[in-house]
Amino acid sequence: MKFAIIIFPGSNCDYDAFYALKNIGYDVEFIWHKNRSLKNFDGILIPGGFSYGDYLRTGAIAKFSPIMKAVIEESKKGKIIIGICNGFQILIESGLLPGALINNSNIKFISKQVTLNIKSSNSIFTKHINCKQLKMPIAHRQGNYIASDKTLSELKNNDQILFEYANNPNGSILNIAGITNKKRNVLGMMPHPERASEGVLGSSDGKLIFESVLKNYV
Amino acid sequence: MKAKIFIKYKEGILDPQGTVTNKALKSIDIKGIDSIGIGKYIEMDFKKNINKNSAKAIAEDSCKKMLANPNTETYSFVIED
Repeated sequence: MKFAIIIFPGSNCDYDAFYALKNIGYDVEFIWHKNRSLKNFDGILIPGGFSYGDYLRTGAIAKFSPIMKAVIEESKKGKIIIGICNGFQILIESGLLPGALINNSNIKFISKQVTLNIKSSNSIFTKHINCKQLKMPIAHRQGNYIASDKTLSELKNNDQILFEYANNPNGSILNIAGITNKKRNVLGMMPHPERASEGVLGSSDGKLIFESVLKNYV
Repeated sequence: MKAKIFIKYKEGILDPQGTVTNKALKSIDIKGIDSIGIGKYIEMDFKKNINKNSAKAIAEDSCKKMLANPNTETYSFVIED
């Protein structure tokens, strides 16, 4: 399974993601955001970082990069799209995922290990994970998920909330840490599974998400 | 010709900067403030050939497509000569 890792000016988790995916057995390639096609890939990962310096709003400028048209096009075909941290923020700004990510309730950048509850195993991202909780780091200032009541009830009714914080660090409504779209092929999450891909990093739980996707593909 | 664009959080959206600033003003004994909202102010200078109607349309288009997030923010602007 071949994954594209999109690089924007200011992306900084691109190599972590490359390393994590490669180690599991994915074929991985970096793709600069000025490119216009992602036809040759089975999956697309938008990594964390500070695309365009977070100017204006997180993800607000990255969403107009040429590559985002291709990401939207491929998502419609049902390809796997994963947005982590700033990648999640970009997917939201692009309209591929609902809601918004605003300042953490304590107005601080939070960088720490958190525990996630797997809220739904009804997704390729979680289907093959055989435990109920995952440990991995968060590192963000705008990770406080909000959405209208209508969107929240849709997320709940369609079982789109995949991960929730065991101890809410940032004020996210319903403790939301990661969601999928209605078609269930797009995942956005604030925590960093790619930074929890082997024991020496403090946790290897993040790997389980990428392995689940791969198992599903095979 | 110039647009002065104001972007602020919608009501009910957490504005920690506003809340903290309000508390800080209270702490230096400034009284009478109910609440504070902190947003963004953008100045947009237009090219010489742009008239007022075009300027309005450009500012509106910019706010809608990029400058404000309709989920969390509202915008307003004034056009000045």
